[in-house]
Amino acid sequence: MTIGVERPQGGRLVDQFEYGLDAPICLTWELTYACNLACVHCLSSSGRRDPRELSTDECKALVDEFERMQVFYVNIGGGEPTVRPDFWELLDYAVAHHVGVKFSTNGFRITPERAERLAATDYVDVQISLDGATAAVNDAVRGQGTYDAALRAMANLRAAGMKDFKLSVVCTRHNIGQLDEFKAIADTYGAQLRLTRLRPSGRGADVWDELHPLPHQQRELYDWLVANGDQVLTGDSFFHLSAYGPADGSGALPGLNLCGAGRVVCLVDPVGDVYACPFAIHDQFLAGNLREDGGFDTIWKTAPLFLDLRSPQTGGACTSCSAYDSCRGGCMAAKFFTGLPLDGPDPECVKGNSEGTLARDPERPGSSQDHSHTGTVRNAPVPLTLLRTRPVSACDESPLVAG
Amino acid sequence: MPVLPGAAWELSPSVSLRPEPFGALAYDFVTRKLSFLKSPTLVDVVRRLGDAADVEDALLGAGVPAAERDRYVAALGTLAASGIIRERQAA
Ligand code: SF4
Ligand code: SF4
Repeated sequence: MTIGVERPQGGRLVDQFEYGLDAPICLTWELTYACNLACVHCLSSSGRRDPRELSTDECKALVDEFERMQVFYVNIGGGEPTVRPDFWELLDYAVAHHVGVKFSTNGFRITPERAERLAATDYVDVQISLDGATAAVNDAVRGQGTYDAALRAMANLRAAGMKDFKLSVVCTRHNIGQLDEFKAIADTYGAQLRLTRLRPSGRGADVWDELHPLPHQQRELYDWLVANGDQVLTGDSFFHLSAYGPADGSGALPGLNLCGAGRVVCLVDPVGDVYACPFAIHDQFLAGNLREDGGFDTIWKTAPLFLDLRSPQTGGACTSCSAYDSCRGGCMAAKFFTGLPLDGPDPECVKGNSEGTLARDPERPGSSQDHSHTGTVRNAPVPLTLLRTRPVSACDESPLVAG
Repeated sequence: MPVLPGAAWELSPSVSLRPEPFGALAYDFVTRKLSFLKSPTLVDVVRRLGDAADVEDALLGAGVPAAERDRYVAALGTLAASGIIRERQAA
């Protein structure tokens, strides 16, 4: 493996992971930017299909490459992956090539027939997105009718005998109080609950100020995770909350507790761009393109951005924090999109160490791509509270810049 | 089930190993669980299990020093508990 920095032998796994792996563990592959919904917090600003989308053959060649690299499974998302006409064909192709698939869907297309097929396929896992345990809370974020669609999909999966599929929830200010209800819904359908963090990525940046959990809710979430941690998945989302635990690290949440971007995590987007993390879709975290830069294996192993992310990082202002060992300064993407320095505290630092900088309203970098629907969407969400879209960058305010 | 040095074991058929600088990743395609083998020697032992007469034989083949034998047998026990290796059925 080509790695810029000499790796120490032995030691803790997390230290080894900082130096990167021969292939990613958590690879997200967004098949399309097309989506039948328009969720307000979409991390990839999805909506419209990109004409440069990878063809079926290119997708299959990528699966072949994953198989050679022993990427054991991929997380397929979008957009809504099932709107690609070749989605089911690609799914079968991946499975036949020993690349397991977990795909995220809003559930609209999980019919009883599809559910039967999914239940009959080993290597395939399904993740249904739901962001409120009631229709009122969910539909305000995801759009009218999406709550019913998600529950219908889960009922179909249960009826087909699919076990342990995932019910995936992005934690927001409006649903932190519903954690027990989410767990009950998951139990009802024989699903596993998965909670993830709202990150200010994509359209999520526009609504982050209004939707991200308040400090006391973060504490509530942490306590809930400590009490129920062994029964829920978190995709390692909440390691910044570990700082609530005692300084000896004993309160750390289960998981790796490190930012895996470019080390064990990466994203392949619909047009073949490879980013360090699905929440870091921005030119600054773009490692290369499959079509132009020699394929996935080469990019993963040699892209200067990735080598840089795998070299020892400095914790900056966080290094002196007693919680640094478990929190590690939090999420790179969250810092970046809120305009904070990457080597400082997370915007949701539980010790309040980013409040000062955030109060000065640092300029936010905004999105470097946007595939949002431009017209009206049939069931577009009607937010519970008035979402005051903040300017994403100074330029947006300028009368000289169009659009 | 405890791993006995005199018994014959093998990598579970649903598990794949991927070599990594620190050892290997083990992925079980059926349970979808990912595990880590934290030493290249342990990986070597596990790879040898299927063709070795017994665990003892695999340890020897991988050059595990006698003094470390117990530690490796214990590590195999952990792998057995998570289903990564399984006892071989007599052919
Ligand atoms: S940037 Fe954030 S979301 Fe991405 S791997 Fe790092 S901590 Fe996780
Ligand atoms: S100062 Fe940094 S390391 Fe400490 S809790 Fe805040 S984000 Fe985490």
